[in-house]
Amino acid sequence: MVDIGNANQAIERVREFEALTGTTGPVPPATATTASRSGLGVVFWVSFGWVLFMVLLAIFASVLPLKNPNFQDYSAVNIGPSIHHLLGTDDLGRDLLSRIIFGSRVSLIIGFASVGLALVAGGVLGLLAGYTGGWIDTVLNAGSLVVLAFPALLAILVIEAFWVPRSLLKLTIIFAVAGTPSLFRVIRATTLSFATREFVVAARTMGATTWRILFRELLPNVVPAAVSFALIGVAVAIILEGSLAFLGLSISLPTASLGNIVNEGVQNNNLTLNAYIALWPSLYIFILLVALNLMADRLRTRFDVRAGNL
Amino acid sequence: MSPRRRRPHLVFPDASELEEPLLDVQDLRTYFHTARGVVKANDGVSFTLNRGKTLGVVGESGSGKTVLTRSIMGLLPNIQLERSGSVRFAGHELTSLTAHQLRDVWGTQMAVIFQDPMTALNPVVRVDRQLTESLRIRLGLDRRAAHDTAIALLGSVGIPAPEQRMRNYPHELSGGMRQRVMIAIALACGPKLVLADEPTTGLDVTLQAQILDLLASLQRERSMGMILVTHDLGVVANRADDIAVMYAGRIVEQAPTKDLFSHTRMPYTEALLRSIPRLADPSHTRLRAIPGRPPDLASLPDGCPFAPRCPYAQDRCLTDDPPPRTAGAGHLFRCWFPVGSPEGEDALARNVAAGVPAALAFTGALAGAAISVTTVSVTATAVVTGSLAPDASLVPPAVPLVVPPVVPPVVSPGPAEGANGDATAGES
Amino acid sequence: MSRYVSARVVQLIFIIFFISIVAFLLVHLLPGDPTLAILGPNDTAQARAELLKQLGLNRPLPVQYWTWITNVFRGNLGISFLTHQTVSNAIGVAFPIDLELIIVSQLLAFIVSIPLSLIAALRPNRLFDRIATTSTYGMLAVPTFVVAVILVLLFAVKIHIFPATGFNPLAQGLGPNLKSVLLPSISLAVGSVAIYYRLLRADMIATLQEDFITMARAKGLSTPYILIRHALRPSSFALLAGAGLSIGSLFTGAFVVEILFQLPGIGFQLIQAIDSRDYLVVQGMALVAAIAYVVINFGVDILFTFLDPRVRRG
Repeated sequence: MVDIGNANQAIERVREFEALTGTTGPVPPATATTASRSGLGVVFWVSFGWVLFMVLLAIFASVLPLKNPNFQDYSAVNIGPSIHHLLGTDDLGRDLLSRIIFGSRVSLIIGFASVGLALVAGGVLGLLAGYTGGWIDTVLNAGSLVVLAFPALLAILVIEAFWVPRSLLKLTIIFAVAGTPSLFRVIRATTLSFATREFVVAARTMGATTWRILFRELLPNVVPAAVSFALIGVAVAIILEGSLAFLGLSISLPTASLGNIVNEGVQNNNLTLNAYIALWPSLYIFILLVALNLMADRLRTRFDVRAGNL
Repeated sequence: MSPRRRRPHLVFPDASELEEPLLDVQDLRTYFHTARGVVKANDGVSFTLNRGKTLGVVGESGSGKTVLTRSIMGLLPNIQLERSGSVRFAGHELTSLTAHQLRDVWGTQMAVIFQDPMTALNPVVRVDRQLTESLRIRLGLDRRAAHDTAIALLGSVGIPAPEQRMRNYPHELSGGMRQRVMIAIALACGPKLVLADEPTTGLDVTLQAQILDLLASLQRERSMGMILVTHDLGVVANRADDIAVMYAGRIVEQAPTKDLFSHTRMPYTEALLRSIPRLADPSHTRLRAIPGRPPDLASLPDGCPFAPRCPYAQDRCLTDDPPPRTAGAGHLFRCWFPVGSPEGEDALARNVAAGVPAALAFTGALAGAAISVTTVSVTATAVVTGSLAPDASLVPPAVPLVVPPVVPPVVSPGPAEGANGDATAGES
Repeated sequence: MSRYVSARVVQLIFIIFFISIVAFLLVHLLPGDPTLAILGPNDTAQARAELLKQLGLNRPLPVQYWTWITNVFRGNLGISFLTHQTVSNAIGVAFPIDLELIIVSQLLAFIVSIPLSLIAALRPNRLFDRIATTSTYGMLAVPTFVVAVILVLLFAVKIHIFPATGFNPLAQGLGPNLKSVLLPSISLAVGSVAIYYRLLRADMIATLQEDFITMARAKGLSTPYILIRHALRPSSFALLAGAGLSIGSLFTGAFVVEILFQLPGIGFQLIQAIDSRDYLVVQGMALVAAIAYVVINFGVDILFTFLDPRVRRG
């Protein structure tokens, strides 16, 4: 289920093996054969546009002319897509479009906020560890390895179950903590590869402070790799939240989240009566994840992030 | 994947019964379509090679010589590749064979020795399987026979204790040993033609000579044809029957070895000869490096591709591409103002007078354009000194711009050809 | 023994020690009163204190940890409040189910992904590669629970080939047993197929550009032979690392599928135990699942040294 994240970790492990043993495996070729080097390409911008559109819909859901997601209209139960209900209604006569848009809020907040937090935490620590080295690096690196060795999902399940009552904030924090070590490792590795380049050495000889070098010289170079990995992280978080919600293990809000809607769609023979209830939220997650993965891949190719030649 | 013998699809005549040349390459063009444009790696290459003979192919890196060997074999990946011309090998037109049929040629008829055995041997497969797999799959030997043949092969390429070496991985062998293993692999199925692509580049000098001698003796024993690709004229000087000098994807001069050294026509060949350090030179002698860099194969200039670096170049060279011309039996070159001809001498003198940098560097006047070497590597290349003579006699002493050469060119008391060189220059 | 392996062994011991602490602290530091779950909400405070004392939960945390971990070393993981079964017994029942799910799903994933990536890598960016690569985007974007729902709808509801839920142990015969794990295994395999395909394809494309592959072609060997006997092994490092991570995380990560198909594996029981604050079960199962994860990935690291002969000597 969290396979997407495993891919990056797998490449990380192989590189670590190569570094420790002094062997090199096949170096993936630059994948710029068909991609244009100049820009990110149409695929990226279409994906970006879609994700942005979804985020805006979620933010302005209460302002938009949407029906009340919890209003039950028993005169219009299980109807298909129509002018009045663009995506149809569910078995209680609730409008599916507005349920999905309101429901996407939980997925998107947990996905983006937790990874955003992890990116800041992992970023600061990674830049610091990668650039300064020494005992800070040793301690942080060992710590990240140890945390990564513990299955994140297990920790999330346990913490989430015991730290009651569940809330959006708590869930976001748990996801952020679980995601920090991987992002830390990516950013640390990328920083290491830039820290000895001429422009950094030049800045240092000109008397730039450590903070200036970190944020002016190194940060801009680390951003593409970090964002690319973070987008994968968002995808993992959204799938995970969806799965938990589907099983009723996510937070319980007055408005259901996407996983809940899928679950409602498979309950009470709904799947045969009205497959739309389960179909629309599944499709929403599907398109969102495809867009996130495509964006991550395009960023990686464009900026030639060596680790992830997936 | 049990090694199983495939039925051969092509029939090859015994090499001794062959009436036509073993290999006949005509107008071979190998173009790569890349993002930067069409890279013309081979642009109309023609030559023939007879059974048991050696052709030396010499050129700087990027002159298309490695691509040439791959293109002859049909080994290039078929992506964005455009290949035309004719490659006839032992009565078969290789360019019209299917991929499946080509496999019958590879290994058993034609084999290749790569430049770097470290990368060309599979790091995770023991010497044993790398040697025996083609014996078993291509020749249909059983395990026992393949093993025995492999050990005999390792012995024949001069590897001590071959039984033990069979169990080794490539990284456990020394550099020279690895190259010997590679030669054994290439020769395992008794090919009629060997393409050796810089077989000694990664080795130190004493090993180079050993490996080249080994190749030569194996070639004699098996009367194989061989194409010896190198960037070092010294390597082919006394080992090749013919030499083809490549520049920018084409053969710019081709002649029997003796002829090439004694009657050099192409300014590029001459420049190559002069860039070889000689034992007889005093230490700290500046090497006559060829100024400039080889042209970008994706955007070749009009006219002669060597013109921008050529001490002889005239206006015509920048606009008109010289066609192949002959100078005696089997001697071809592409130049409007050949070395040793009256036109050539005129052209050089004019350039020196006009202060053309290439010409000044050539005559040794412009020290800044040359590369300084403090340690002159010891190579077995004293053969080629004869070609040095022309500049000494060609530089008109009256030209005021010319600063006398920092170090006067020294003609080593080398072999006979050295003396001939002087005479040649004097004649023309 | 190479330096690499010994470094890994030290790391493994250190990490397992740490994991036991985390498994312990996860349960003990978080709010939530186990007595509440055992006695119910209506019992008196005194009864609760009594129970806490009886369970040893009122003692300092290091002492509790020491008691627990020394018992673990003796093979005693404690007793469930809920079922009064020993935790090791519960694990003994649950573990084989996970093992079977993992073996079947990963076999499926390898059987599908390896040939696909080999064919795609032969001609990168051509039609086959494009179709296969594009479909992996789809595979990664379908949550496991959606795959499971679709599979149940197709094969259990519309045509009754497979049971929708429930587990038939191997004792009931291989046929019924496989039938009960096949749909869950396919659900789990989908994501793995996509990841394995991508990892192997990328390394395979790089390997196929190596000189030794050209050399093998120049020997006149067939393409399938070259792919399998020359290119696969040096290209399989990232694939194996990915497989190690996937397999390791499936001991708990399969919980969605286990709940949907009512398979009482570790993930399933863990969720139930968490729900009922059955803390010794949570602790024990978390410890076992985490150790399985670490040990499998350690195994992959060791496997690396066998795949690359250059390391073995060092």
